[in-house]
Amino acid sequence: MAESGVRDVLGGIGGAGKDLLRYVGALGRLFSASLWFYARLVLRLKGTRRSAREAVWAQRVRVGVRSLPIVTIVLFFVGMILAFQIGYVLRDFGAQQLVADTVAVAMLRELGPLITAIVMTGFAGASIAAEIGTMNVGEEILALETNALNPLRVLVMPRVMACIFMLLFLTVIANIVGILGGFAVSVTALRMSPQTYYADTVMYLKMQDLVTGLIKSMAFGGLIALIGCHEGLRVEGGAEGVGRATTRAVVYGIVAVIATDLFFSWLFYMVL
Amino acid sequence: MTHAASFRGNQPVIRVEHAGLDFDGRAVLEDVSLEVFPGETAVIIGGSGCGKSTLLRLMVGAYRPSRGKVFLFGHDLSEAAEKDLDKLRLRFGILFQSGALYNSMTVGDNVALPMREHTDLAADIIDIMVKMKLELVGLRDFGELMPEQLSGGMKKRVGLARAIALDPEIIFYDEPTAGLDPIYAGVIDMLIMDLSRKLGVTSVVVTHDMPSAFKIADRIFMLHQGRFVAGGTVAEIRGSADPVVQQFITGAPDGPIPLRMSKTDFARDLMGE
Repeated sequence: MAESGVRDVLGGIGGAGKDLLRYVGALGRLFSASLWFYARLVLRLKGTRRSAREAVWAQRVRVGVRSLPIVTIVLFFVGMILAFQIGYVLRDFGAQQLVADTVAVAMLRELGPLITAIVMTGFAGASIAAEIGTMNVGEEILALETNALNPLRVLVMPRVMACIFMLLFLTVIANIVGILGGFAVSVTALRMSPQTYYADTVMYLKMQDLVTGLIKSMAFGGLIALIGCHEGLRVEGGAEGVGRATTRAVVYGIVAVIATDLFFSWLFYMVL
Repeated sequence: MTHAASFRGNQPVIRVEHAGLDFDGRAVLEDVSLEVFPGETAVIIGGSGCGKSTLLRLMVGAYRPSRGKVFLFGHDLSEAAEKDLDKLRLRFGILFQSGALYNSMTVGDNVALPMREHTDLAADIIDIMVKMKLELVGLRDFGELMPEQLSGGMKKRVGLARAIALDPEIIFYDEPTAGLDPIYAGVIDMLIMDLSRKLGVTSVVVTHDMPSAFKIADRIFMLHQGRFVAGGTVAEIRGSADPVVQQFITGAPDGPIPLRMSKTDFARDLMGE
């Protein structure tokens, strides 16, 4: 009895592991196809058309520009919160002057990329899944295929590439806005001098803080788009299926982003 | 009705040989064989869920058969690589049941897309071609509208304009008149016949609309439970002695195709046995 219970649990874990591998494999296939089609586009090989370049551009606008206000507001608030929380801890040690560099490092290395990515799973991942899912239900994907237009080229590639690029762009903005949020709190509530705050921020930041954060942001962008596309492409069963795909795109997107963040944090800690 | 026989001399453009298809271990198509000759209009009829849309998707290479073979223009679809399939796909068009217009593009861009992607025509030539295709379906002034602004029947006409964008040799129609009022259904029937006569295209129509089938067909095939139960000219189908065919074309509610689908005994079911 107990033995079979253990076997069930192990079997369950094994099954889940297989499902996970299969899922990652599917994302990998979408990613390699995107890279392939993007390379052909960049190299202007035969078979790439003006419409493909336009598609990448249209997706960049859609993913990046429209989400700019919300990312700005959220990251400004996060910067403010960070300053309050760190100020609270450091006050006990009489080390409040360390707020500036702590905020900057936390922002660039971690919170800028992570919070932006989480906002974007809701903003881009969900809308990609819903859009492609709706196209799937309405036979539009099949119509593309029978028009000899590969959905991976005309739908997936522009979204994946746009998401990678725009997450990079948005994270740069997020870093700046976040630090400004910390600055705003520090010079008002925490009564620090603006000059000191600025000098501390600049002095302590290292290039690798920025670069590691930006590398992560590109990985997050790719994951968000790939999961959104994959969920959209495998929709079955009408409007209800589209709803499920959208939810999954957000939930799996957040889990994937955080898991990848953990992996990168470990990697950078070990090697840098 | 020697019309149909006159196509027979040519090589068939579509040949389905004992094809079957399983979904999750359940056979949707058991064993289907069919030849469609250049220029003819072949209509496949059958009840909902009989597998006729599946058969259509098999013929266009969207599904690969679990058994048997499907040939399109002499090429074996069950073995064709994706690249070769893409070449074949440029030679036929499909009108989907819902129209399947690309909702993010205008009507004009929907029709233009295949030309932009697959030809080297200049943009102004494509604009002219789009107008010509839309004129063929009577919607020349609607190029700037978005699909959501169109009625169901208009969407189907735009879908048809897109299907003929690359001057295909075969057009597949998936339930072209379903969900349309009788006048609009008549318009679609007329367009199908026009394209067949004026452009000489081969048509494969999947439908359960019998008046439409009798009007447009050169030959009619009836699919029932994953197999063809009848096939022939309109007159042959009308005169068929097969009770299944007769029930379907006359629309009798009960007959060999049973009204009640439940297999358990009603009285026993009510008594909770």
